[in-house]
Amino acid sequence: MSPDATVEVHHPAALAHQFDSLEQQRDASTFGMWVFLATEVLFFGVLFATYAIYRAWYADAFAAASHELLIWAGATNTVVLITSSLTMALAVHAAQTGDRRRLMRFLVVTMVLGTAFLGIKAFEYYTGFREGHLPGPGFRFESTYFQHAQIFFSLYYLMTGLHALHMIIGIALMAVMLWLSWRGTITDEYYAPIEISGLYWHFVDIVWIFLFPLLYLIGRHA
Amino acid sequence: MLDHIVPTRVYYTIFAVLMLCTGLTVAIAFVDLGPFNIVAALVIAVFKAALVILFFMHVKYGSRLTWAVVVGSAFWLAILLVLTFSDYLTRVSLPFG
Repeated sequence: MSPDATVEVHHPAALAHQFDSLEQQRDASTFGMWVFLATEVLFFGVLFATYAIYRAWYADAFAAASHELLIWAGATNTVVLITSSLTMALAVHAAQTGDRRRLMRFLVVTMVLGTAFLGIKAFEYYTGFREGHLPGPGFRFESTYFQHAQIFFSLYYLMTGLHALHMIIGIALMAVMLWLSWRGTITDEYYAPIEISGLYWHFVDIVWIFLFPLLYLIGRHA
Repeated sequence: MLDHIVPTRVYYTIFAVLMLCTGLTVAIAFVDLGPFNIVAALVIAVFKAALVILFFMHVKYGSRLTWAVVVGSAFWLAILLVLTFSDYLTRVSLPFG
């Protein structure tokens, strides 16, 4: 390569110095995000392993405790979250095609759906607290399963709580993406921030896809 | 315009399938299949997760490096689960808890 100044001039504005091309730059961000998500898989994986062991040991108590959860709330939240994944995917599409107005609209819809999810979740927590589902001194449950139902509810609040924390971070991330889009930083050449925020959002959706049947749908036929 | 842009039609189709699967998983939970209730629930959940990963997360169109990380994280999760279960779920007596 000759140290010709004109080579520099033809660099796309969005291309950082350390990358050869926009494509390489985007591959690097996608790769980094996936490696982060791999650590997240193991982070939640440990909780799912814990859940599986206790469910295998105390199957009846888990079924009885699961029946106390509001199935309509869990199902509605599943629909809300999958819909938000659709709008997120459409936001990435809008970014790729350089449609800024459409991108911002889909980001807002995704944030609204994420907030709706948290609202329904908060309502569930509220009714759960009132009925004495929170493990500890105030815990109330039929005497047969009193002890082991607390294990179910401990895992329920821990897993859905950590998931809700991820949702809050996701919504904050979308607010930043909205700001970047509004400022015009996001273009059809530089949309990696939208793409990898989308990867995060979809990952949080996948965690819920497993949480819903495992927590809400145990032995519902009984 | 360097990347593969997935047509929106694909996203809407995947969304419809995900919704059908959600309805299916709720419906199956109310039918007594014995030990196969949990199997059915997990098969549907894995199928849904695979659709999200392949299409919404663009892995189907992704680089080999992306595939390596995705398959790698599934593999490491499998190690975590298999080794843990091979201990806890094969004990003769039920311990603490």
